[in-house]
Amino acid sequence: MHITLNGEPYDASANLLHDLLQQLELLDKRIAVEFNEEICPRSEWPNQAIQEGDIIEIVHAIGGG
Amino acid sequence: MQTDSFTVAGQAYNSRLLVGTGKYKDLEETGVAIAASGAEIVTVAIRRTNIGQNPDEPNLLDVISPDEYTILPNTAGCFDAPTAVRTCQLARELLGGHKLVKLEVLGDQKTLYPDVPATLEAAETLVKDGFDVMVYTSDDPLIARRLEDIGCCAIMPLAAPIGSGLGIQNKYNILEIVESANVPVLVDAGVGTASDAAIAMEMGCDGVLMNTAIAAAQKPVLMAEAMKHAIIAGRQAYLAGRMPRKRYASASSPIDGLIA
Repeated sequence: MHITLNGEPYDASANLLHDLLQQLELLDKRIAVEFNEEICPRSEWPNQAIQEGDIIEIVHAIGGG
Repeated sequence: MQTDSFTVAGQAYNSRLLVGTGKYKDLEETGVAIAASGAEIVTVAIRRTNIGQNPDEPNLLDVISPDEYTILPNTAGCFDAPTAVRTCQLARELLGGHKLVKLEVLGDQKTLYPDVPATLEAAETLVKDGFDVMVYTSDDPLIARRLEDIGCCAIMPLAAPIGSGLGIQNKYNILEIVESANVPVLVDAGVGTASDAAIAMEMGCDGVLMNTAIAAAQKPVLMAEAMKHAIIAGRQAYLAGRMPRKRYASASSPIDGLIA
């Protein structure tokens, strides 16, 4: 499945957002996810299906002023 | 001394120094410098995670814990209102519903000056969406008033361009903003050394937000401590009320009883 992940083309084998995040070893990290420009709360990750063309942003906090 | 806290978005803080977490050598130095600064409000940036790269990399929020500090996510690097708003929404999700954000919408890479129309637009959207918005802006007193009218909880005019270390360039504008505002006014950006921070506080600012002045010092931890003292000294001088300036000398020792 071709999706856009953090601005780059990505070939996803997972059908659910939860599974994708697990594959990426990000499930237990301090992250937030935007799914097609809408916030996807952590509680929704297990239900969020991934489809061809979806646009996913995964962010975290880094140093900044 | 009596406590002299300032309140932003309903929360009282004892430290009037707010610090950023960018440009440090590593996370360890970040943690030590921020502890030395005594800051209670600490800014962070929100960025894409590196996909497939070292998932065990230490996380900033493990060093600067939200249990210990008030985390102030910023919208640094956003050059339009929609991106800034999305960044704040992601930050709120990341920090478990936390509503306090530092809004900055930049207009130009060279100066990093705020894009004021876009800042006003983003501020309006964010306030309506329930955010507590501390807003980085130009030192224009009329724009400061507009941002306060929109409902921003703190106005943060620049002293000089971000990361320039030039100190307060437009003192009378900052003074005008301080005197007119009914919300806290913090100088954000452009402070270079301790005296710059002290001057801002002597002028009556409620606080100062800085990053590069500490992180880019030769000894960041020592500068963090210097800034802590400068903020306290400047605040106390403001509260004490400085003596009037006079053109000619006025002897400190009495004239009476001189031997000749």
